Amino acid sequence: MSAADAAMAGDDLARLRAMLRIRRFEERAAELYGAGKIRGFLHLCVGEEAVAVGVMRALAPEDAVVSTYREHGHALARGLPAERIMAEMYGQAEGCCRGRGGSMHLFDVARRFYGGNAIVAGGLPIAVGLALADKLSHRSAVTACIFGDGAVAEGEFHECLNLAALWRLPVLFLCENNLYAMGTALALTESQVDLCAKARSYELPAERVDGMDPALVERAVRGAVAALREGSGPRFLELSTYRFRAHSMFDAELYRERREVEAWKLRDPITTLSALMRQGGALSAEALAGLESEVAAELDAAVAFAEAGTLEPVEDLLRDVYATEATDARG
Amino acid sequence: MPAGEAAPARTTWREAMRAALREALRGDPRVFLMGEDVGHYGGCYAVSRGLLEEFGPERVRDTPLSESAFVGAGIGAALGGMRPIVEVMTVNFSLLALDQIVNNAATLRHMSGGQLTIPLVIRMATGAGRQLAAQHSHSLEGWYAHVPGLKVLCPATLEDARGMLAPALADPNPVILFEHVGLYNVEGALAPDAGPVDILRAAVRRAGTEVTLVAYGGMVPRALAAADELAAGGIDAEVIDLRVLRPLDSGTLVASVRKTRRAVIVDEGWRSGSLSAELSARLVEEAFYDLDAPIERVCSAEVPIPYARHLEAAAIPQVATIVAAARRAVGRP
Ligand SMILES: Cc1ncc(C[n+]2csc(CCOP(=O)(O)OP(=O)(O)O)c2C)c(N)n1
Ligand SMILES: [Mg+2]
Repeated sequence: MSAADAAMAGDDLARLRAMLRIRRFEERAAELYGAGKIRGFLHLCVGEEAVAVGVMRALAPEDAVVSTYREHGHALARGLPAERIMAEMYGQAEGCCRGRGGSMHLFDVARRFYGGNAIVAGGLPIAVGLALADKLSHRSAVTACIFGDGAVAEGEFHECLNLAALWRLPVLFLCENNLYAMGTALALTESQVDLCAKARSYELPAERVDGMDPALVERAVRGAVAALREGSGPRFLELSTYRFRAHSMFDAELYRERREVEAWKLRDPITTLSALMRQGGALSAEALAGLESEVAAELDAAVAFAEAGTLEPVEDLLRDVYATEATDARG
Repeated sequence: MPAGEAAPARTTWREAMRAALREALRGDPRVFLMGEDVGHYGGCYAVSRGLLEEFGPERVRDTPLSESAFVGAGIGAALGGMRPIVEVMTVNFSLLALDQIVNNAATLRHMSGGQLTIPLVIRMATGAGRQLAAQHSHSLEGWYAHVPGLKVLCPATLEDARGMLAPALADPNPVILFEHVGLYNVEGALAPDAGPVDILRAAVRRAGTEVTLVAYGGMVPRALAAADELAAGGIDAEVIDLRVLRPLDSGTLVASVRKTRRAVIVDEGWRSGSLSAELSARLVEEAFYDLDAPIERVCSAEVPIPYARHLEAAAIPQVATIVAAARRAVGRP
């Protein structure tokens, strides 16, 4: 194996591991939801792991991320500890937001992870502003703004692409196109279903990428980020993907055919990559089993952490409605 | 105010606001102003005239007509360490940014467990009186005052126009600063060293003993005029300028009413579900046994503010209606 091949194989292993971690995390979350440990809305990203992993591997620590309510995978891949996310979903003080946000509102200012927004397209203006601050402060950071295909119908999508392009802001708009907004297929709501065409109409370079392949996602995002750091203005990537599970835990999936789901599952990013690696001799059965047990151990620990968590005292209910002192800290 | 520049002794409310903006832009490189027509046009109410020339397009930024995007961008820029001042032309248009203000600016700190800080100032014009009809004349300050996580300021005097912006910018929370369109042309004397004021307390603008008139923003001059007229008729009214609608300083109001034992609340918002209702409730909760008469409210008529001058005048609180309410309160109608 050449050095380049070896490096590539190492990267594939890291991608596989990261995707597996998200998949198993989501499966655990579903179980815990069934057990009543997690409540509220829970949106899983099973099937979409390649997007999270490809995007986050291409970003630097100083970059900012703005995401949606379907963000566990993004948060995990960005480096938020699984145990802090799990505790957040348990509603506990040890959660990354002290239990105030829950599944849909994960934040971690140290990692510049700015949520977790449950208003469709609500994060786009924030991303534009974060990028404006970076630009005005002469920092080279970029802001990755992730949203679903449903968001492109909102006015904020159009306002924000225009504004970011007009001011040449370093925002990477990343549309996770999983073909549905809840139960509504794109074609039922959009007169123009070519999302890249919409972005191009605002003068953003736009590209559609196979969102089931983490290496392709990573390559596209790396390329876009490099251009963004040069100050060439915002870009748009459409990441074609599919969620294998229901929209949330309350969804009878009346709007799509079982066959369609099964067809997409043949392109499962995890089984596809592991099969490729097995064929190429880059992954043994033992190594795969080893990965699985490592991930399982991490998640066991995360669940144990959440189980052992404490509730924020009710006396602190009003804490942090307002900031009480001036701060110069970012975020 | 930098050395060598003496503020004019006589100034307008608009110029006082502009002086505050200029000082903010000069004093802190993180401060910038953005909004529709704040730059080349000079501001739809001419508040920012001349600032583009002085500070350049990086710091005085004309935005597209996209209230949600640029108000939200202000939130993001504040998260990113800047001190943005976002101007929304009028409170009516701010409804296109309501999602960003209520769902993001007001929530992010608490929802993130205290991780995020949003030192943002949003300025917007409000109020009727210029015959601009129903889509440019409403007073929705009370809606914003309803929302935890926001602070809401209503400067009425020249001193507050000059002095509220600096503490609003220094505040680590999202602050909405309402500028009543009826005030921009008000002229008066302003001390050359006028500077920051507190943004915590209501102020007694005129001391009196028989009835308390409470108002904010554009209704303060009217309440003061009503007090003059009442004085001419032998009734001694106290006038309270609320100044800050959230957090509300009910202590100053309650103390005044304990003394005068009568209250007239003047609110340009509609009566039903209004800030006046909140004030009334607080007086009932905190000063019930001190009241000698039912609380009076003078609010806008429950109607979209009409265009025709006489109808507009009939729809909003006037000196005469305030005087009549005060007379009822003291039992000398
Ligand atoms: C402004 C707004 N309108 C409606 C909803 C309800 N809602 C929640 S998720 C969703 C679908 C969004 O679909 P998409 O953007 O494609 O994201 P996906 O769930 O597919 O990841 C809708 C309509 C919402 N949260 N916010
Ligand atoms: Mg979707």
